[in-house]
Amino acid sequence: MTTPNSIEIQALCKRYRLGTGHRTGQLREQLMHLFRPRADESREEDILWALRDISFTVPEGEVVGIIGRNGAGKSTLLKILSRITQPTTGSIQVRGRVASLLEVGTGFHEELTGRENIYLNGSILGMRRREIERHFDAIVEFSGLSQFVDTPIKRFSSGMRLRLGFAVAAHLDPDVLIVDEVLAVGDAGFQKKCISAMEDLRSGGRTVLFVSHNMAAVENLCSRGIWIDKGQLRLDGTSKEVIRAYLGSYSGEEAGAQELQIEGRGGSGEVRFTRVELRALDGAPAPIIQSGDGLVIRMHFRAERRVERPAFTVRLYSSMGTLIADTSTGLHNVAIPATGPGDGYVDLELERLNLVSGRYTLMFKVEGGVEGRVWDEDVRCYLDVEPSADTGTVRPLNSRHGLVYFSQRWKINGAAAQVEFDDARRVDAALG
Amino acid sequence: MSETESLMTAGPAPIPGDAHGRGMREHAQPRGSLREAWGHRELLFFLAWRDVKVRYKQTALGVLWAVIQPLFTMVLFTVLFGRFAKLSSDGVPRPIFYFSALLPWTYLSNTVSAASMSLVSNSNLLTKIYFPRFMLPAAVVLSGLMDFLIGSALLVGFILYYHVGVGWSLLLWPLLVAQMALLGLTIGLFLSAVNVQYRDVKYAIPFVVQLWMFITPVIYPVSMIPKAYRPLLAINPAAGLIEAFRHAIVPSSPVQWNLLGISTVTTILGFVGALAFFKRTESAFADII
Repeated sequence: MTTPNSIEIQALCKRYRLGTGHRTGQLREQLMHLFRPRADESREEDILWALRDISFTVPEGEVVGIIGRNGAGKSTLLKILSRITQPTTGSIQVRGRVASLLEVGTGFHEELTGRENIYLNGSILGMRRREIERHFDAIVEFSGLSQFVDTPIKRFSSGMRLRLGFAVAAHLDPDVLIVDEVLAVGDAGFQKKCISAMEDLRSGGRTVLFVSHNMAAVENLCSRGIWIDKGQLRLDGTSKEVIRAYLGSYSGEEAGAQELQIEGRGGSGEVRFTRVELRALDGAPAPIIQSGDGLVIRMHFRAERRVERPAFTVRLYSSMGTLIADTSTGLHNVAIPATGPGDGYVDLELERLNLVSGRYTLMFKVEGGVEGRVWDEDVRCYLDVEPSADTGTVRPLNSRHGLVYFSQRWKINGAAAQVEFDDARRVDAALG
Repeated sequence: MSETESLMTAGPAPIPGDAHGRGMREHAQPRGSLREAWGHRELLFFLAWRDVKVRYKQTALGVLWAVIQPLFTMVLFTVLFGRFAKLSSDGVPRPIFYFSALLPWTYLSNTVSAASMSLVSNSNLLTKIYFPRFMLPAAVVLSGLMDFLIGSALLVGFILYYHVGVGWSLLLWPLLVAQMALLGLTIGLFLSAVNVQYRDVKYAIPFVVQLWMFITPVIYPVSMIPKAYRPLLAINPAAGLIEAFRHAIVPSSPVQWNLLGISTVTTILGFVGALAFFKRTESAFADII
């Protein structure tokens, strides 16, 4: 190898303990441990391996895209690389100045002016005061906010904040840049600007690690792709082949289907759900489901005998167990003809899934017949919703912003309020 | 962004880092090293500057708040404890007696409260970017000095008004300020780290600080405490310090070197302990906050 490595990762593991006692931390619980044997200390279900045995190296000047589903461990990996958290075992070496951009405008303070926030944010990102001074005019120009530099940013629109934050970040001069999903927000013009700033870094021979759900951006920017799946490195290769394999893993009939648990089900069993598929509205398997996507939930079932008047119920729960929606064929007075014996499927089409990103649970139930018996119930599968630009927000929405979002307009005294950026569009459009 | 190489290991030994000849030194900058802290020194000042800038934004009285708290307390103490209860003030004019102690006391109580919350209230920073974590409580300690200086200007006014003859002991003042800041940092480091895991700290602080004032010679002079109990008083590192602040201004009685000495030693030992505790726990901050 001629070029030295700028990142070396060896057998990296990260374990999180999930139990309530350790996370929310009440002193009383800790004290109780003194008196009780610590039998529950290492219960298997309390431990989550966010990363397991990850090893790879990145030579200087390479731009690597990291892809994977929500909760696969990508963000944990970035946090370890940017030294925010430490690995449980394994080692990491990063050579050179590292800048990590896990969020745009980290540390912005509402009460401070644009000028003051440029200094504060730059300093938090690791710039020297002299560096900030030297780049100050360029930062302001990049942001296009020269007339507002002395306005407190609490008067800024969210779009202006985003521009200011990225303007600072674009003037970092790191050897290694770590970027997490910041392109998921902002309008197409802004995203184009971000991408060209990152391309400048690439052509300047800098190493970039880039996490995104945006396959078009990954493919365009990155020469290499790394696919992280359930905490493990699934595939490492050219970005094209990794993206194809990643998307392909969803599109196969088998892979696209969600397994359903066998145990814990109720019902008499005349009809059982066999698997559930999540598809796009056009019927194509949905590799990833983003906020705002249309969704077809295809429930496959097997009937032991001919059954009359089956009725299907689908319930949607948050990860905390809150019921978000409950719908059924009965509720909508949809008549399903007698069916079986044998296999069949029923589709529930949702026009627009306005859920914030995160993991949800779908519960299924089928009942019917003349006597109205429950045939199968408490059948569960996960629904992972990825962040998208559909929410029209400067930050990707997650559980902190509630569960659902609404497309909206703001008016002030009856007049439409100005939005700095048009409703966010996908970067695909900008690139394509 | 961290300067030069960074390396983290846990568990198995790291792979040797000399493979590519560009001086990839192992443990070049372990977390929390002095060199690393020095590299981030400007951030400390920016964080302190942010605290100062933001503190009195959108308040009508602005920076006056820096003196209102000790000033009004002083007036109240002078009337209640001086005029009515007739507590001794060692022959020092009461406004000066109370104000010279209230100034460092206000600093300590405000700093300890704010520094303890500094990690938790900046959790968005902790989970998004790396920098030496102790900068957050340290910035609070630094920014509080601004209020202290403003209050000190008022104290100078009192000294001139009461024609108090200051002596050589005034030279002790800057050293006492340094020790006061170190004491605030010590407690702030410890409690902010504990607070990350146990939010009980938030509830404990207001009343513990209140109790702390009563075992500190703010309202009364040390001379009021029977000699037999003074060693107990000395356990409180703020006791000798606050008393010395008074003596530095009005040398009516000799500085109680033994009290101050004990305070200095316990503060330094406490700082070493608190720093060690902080460094031991900081690697998990982002995971549990």
